[in-house]
Amino acid sequence: MRVGQALRDQQGELNVFRNRLLLASLAVLLALGTLLARFVWLQVVQREHYHTLAEANRISVVPVVPNRGLILDRNGEVLAANYSAYTLEVTPSKVANLDRALDELATVIEVSARDRRRLRKLQEESKSFESLPIRTRLTEEEVARFAVNRYRFPGFEIKARLFRSYPQGEVASHAIGYIGRINDADLKRIDEAGLTTNYKGTDHIGKLGIEGAYEKELHGVTGSEQVEVDSGGRAIRALSRNEPLSGNNLVVTLDLKLQRVAEEAFQNYRGALVAMDPKTGEVLALVSKPGFDPNLFVDGIDPVNWEALNTSPDRPLNNRALRGQYPPGSTIKPFMALAALEYRKRTPEYAISDPGFYTLPGMAHRYRDWKKEGHGMVNMHRSIVVSCDTYYYGLAVDLGIDAIHEYLSKFGLGAKTGIDIEGELQGISPSQEWKWKRFKQKWYAGDTVSVGIGQGYMLATPLQLAAMTATLANGGTPVYPRLLKGVEDARTRQTKAQEPRTGPAVAIKPEHLALVTAAMVAVTSPGGTAAKAGANAGYTIAGKTGTAQVIGLKQGEKYDAAKLREEHRDHALFVAFAPAEDPKLAMALLVENGGSGSGTAAPIARVVFDYFLLGKLPAEKPKLSND
Amino acid sequence: MISRAFDFLARRIDGPLMAALAITFALGLTVVYSASGGGSLDRVLVQVRNLGVALVALWLLAQVHPQVLMRLAVPLYAVALLLLIGVAVFGDIRMGARRWLNLGFTTIQPSEIMKIALPLVLAWYFHRREEGLGVVDYAVAAVLVAIPVGLIARQPDLGTSVLVFASGFFVIFLAGLSWKVIVSAGVAFAAALPFVWGMLHDYQRRRVHTLIDPMEDPLGAGYHIIQSTIAIGSGGILGKGWLNGTQSQLDFLPERSTDFILAVFGEEFGLVGTSILLVLYLLIIGRGLMIAANASTVFARLVAGSITLTFFTYAFVNMGMVSGILPVVGVPLPLVSYGGTALLSMLAGFGILMSISTHKQLVAS
Repeated sequence: MRVGQALRDQQGELNVFRNRLLLASLAVLLALGTLLARFVWLQVVQREHYHTLAEANRISVVPVVPNRGLILDRNGEVLAANYSAYTLEVTPSKVANLDRALDELATVIEVSARDRRRLRKLQEESKSFESLPIRTRLTEEEVARFAVNRYRFPGFEIKARLFRSYPQGEVASHAIGYIGRINDADLKRIDEAGLTTNYKGTDHIGKLGIEGAYEKELHGVTGSEQVEVDSGGRAIRALSRNEPLSGNNLVVTLDLKLQRVAEEAFQNYRGALVAMDPKTGEVLALVSKPGFDPNLFVDGIDPVNWEALNTSPDRPLNNRALRGQYPPGSTIKPFMALAALEYRKRTPEYAISDPGFYTLPGMAHRYRDWKKEGHGMVNMHRSIVVSCDTYYYGLAVDLGIDAIHEYLSKFGLGAKTGIDIEGELQGISPSQEWKWKRFKQKWYAGDTVSVGIGQGYMLATPLQLAAMTATLANGGTPVYPRLLKGVEDARTRQTKAQEPRTGPAVAIKPEHLALVTAAMVAVTSPGGTAAKAGANAGYTIAGKTGTAQVIGLKQGEKYDAAKLREEHRDHALFVAFAPAEDPKLAMALLVENGGSGSGTAAPIARVVFDYFLLGKLPAEKPKLSND
Repeated sequence: MISRAFDFLARRIDGPLMAALAITFALGLTVVYSASGGGSLDRVLVQVRNLGVALVALWLLAQVHPQVLMRLAVPLYAVALLLLIGVAVFGDIRMGARRWLNLGFTTIQPSEIMKIALPLVLAWYFHRREEGLGVVDYAVAAVLVAIPVGLIARQPDLGTSVLVFASGFFVIFLAGLSWKVIVSAGVAFAAALPFVWGMLHDYQRRRVHTLIDPMEDPLGAGYHIIQSTIAIGSGGILGKGWLNGTQSQLDFLPERSTDFILAVFGEEFGLVGTSILLVLYLLIIGRGLMIAANASTVFARLVAGSITLTFFTYAFVNMGMVSGILPVVGVPLPLVSYGGTALLSMLAGFGILMSISTHKQLVAS
């Protein structure tokens, strides 16, 4: 009985076990069935979806940055080029302690204090996941040394990159400009221009000068490469490549040799010079001294150099040719004379007896001539040759400010010349309306007097003066300065010449033009203010000297350069074109605190003309006198 | 001579089970080769060595009579439990979890021993109480399960604790735990879930979150699931071909030769491959359950049933997680994933299964 019971219980237990096992089997079938259903869902029903995802996962489109176009001068001299070099870069977000890592790195590859400072500055300006250069132009040996130790430096990488170089250094730096790393403001501009795609992979952008203005031509079209990548984003192999289109080469109007001659002629003076073809407006030389080395900016300027450039009292980053606004001084007199002739306020023969000063009717204030004892009898021709101030005081008052404004504005004073690089300032062609707008003050007769000799409210940039001079040389047909001569298409290698801009001519009667030109030629001839600079030239220079006061002198005080601090000395100016009978080159130049136009400015012009017209290089440095 | 050696080797081996296992191994090695980049045999050779060791363990255990195993159950359990406590106190920390015990000459994972020891000790206990099982017996069994599971979960190793719990639960379930208790335990568990949730580690909670919405954190916790489902799904019906899985070959898959190897397999061999794998598992499980059904003692049946169903749990949890229907818990794909530890305890289990299968006639006669 007990045994039977036990057996029955055993049998019962076995039944329970087998029932449970059956249940478990069903559960197994259900579970494996669920998995099968899941696999069918993923691999059959949703296959397309996942296939697409997998393709997107696998294939990454990597931008291929185009070569930036070259910048060449009119004779094919290279002003900006590219070179490829190895750089050592770091992605700060991938490095836990950058300072320590750099210390360690310094044991493998030289990392100077300057490199560190520059990196720190870059780091402040960029996002932490950007790859930033530490060292550029690594030598083969350095590349090899890093490669061996690479495992020690996660987040650091050697990359082959294209760099911009400016083989001419400081020469023409203000015209060429430079490229620099793309910052937030650039990004915004790129975005607004809808160029975000084209700038993928590009780190640098033209910031100033031609590099900035013709960014679009120079940049080129970014290509792309489809690569297989792993999930770390590392490219494993290339699948297809859509070649980038290099940027177009730019031929600029500058003549590098002339530019160099002009810059050297300035010696250590600060100042600006613009020389252009009076028929086409092509700028052959654009000088702003001192210059700077644009190579410093290419991969991020280090704080020390940046500080030095920014705080230097010489302000090397200021493009004086475009942005320096100076009183034109006596260089305005030929234009004033033309205005008076045109508005019939003077005849060529009309002469004054100059006592050395001018007084407004019924006023006691004496407007002094630069020559204390006066010039004696002065007609229009002589007023230009000896640069008689008294003559122009009266002439300006007779013309009235609004007529002056109207006439000089036709030459382009007070308006941007429209040169094809950025940053130009417009100077001031004063008028009653202008003064009211600017100061909420009415115009006084006294204001007009000083405007007559290019002082007072009148301001012009060297570029404007050059354009005005060129227009004069061109007989009144306006000349618009420009730096781009042609674009060499990267694809077709065809150079497309830039068409000159045209505008309404300034009305100048031929006899008036002849009179003024003759007077200007006399300026550089014996008896003229720039006689020394014009001596034995072998060609005729039509010029006009000018001197612009930096500080006003009290009534009765005498200007004595020796007593004044250098930065308070007068600016020296000179405008000229030559040969006078068939002008090939027109220019304006200014020497800051140079003293007098005749002593400092005119000799520089002579050097430039000599080289341009005669191919003569200065045998020795011209003596720039300061008297 | 050769045939006698073969007879000796095959004496305690269950033919159908061994055949299914062997095919799965071969499949596994093929995928390990592909998952390790397809250029080097290093991993495959290591895995072959792992397999060799595990097969020796299988063969040895297959020779051991189930009666002997029953006697060894309690000491083995005790040792495993002590080692688990040892891990909690002295264990090495690897990848943020304390799972390994350094014995000086080797490191071991005591939780793997527990995968064998727990079903043995429970089966031993129920076998002894053959006359009838009361509430107290189930309570004792519950304690025997709870202690190691708790210790392993604390390491923390969610995957292994689930498997160890499963191996214990299957014994109790097959022993005939009443439905009333099962249902009320289920209800109690559901009620306790909020507390369990509170005890979970952050990364474990994230995994549950991730399962519900993998896109919530596509580069973080959801990355595994997204990448593995893309891999499997993009394999389609026929697969991309061996060594041609772009997801796998291009490093998108994390842990692609271990826990996520199914993704490589699914991508390269497609639905055909995953179905074949399911069929192989079904054959192994089916054979295991047959052995359990025909086993002659309570101990043998319960052990055989538990080992088989635990194997099933491995397969289901791994495939479920890689295909995105279960949370990510660290469970390898049985017999396929690269790695020796889990393989050893699994094949040890199959050795016991074979011992039960081949010794029953002797008991019966």
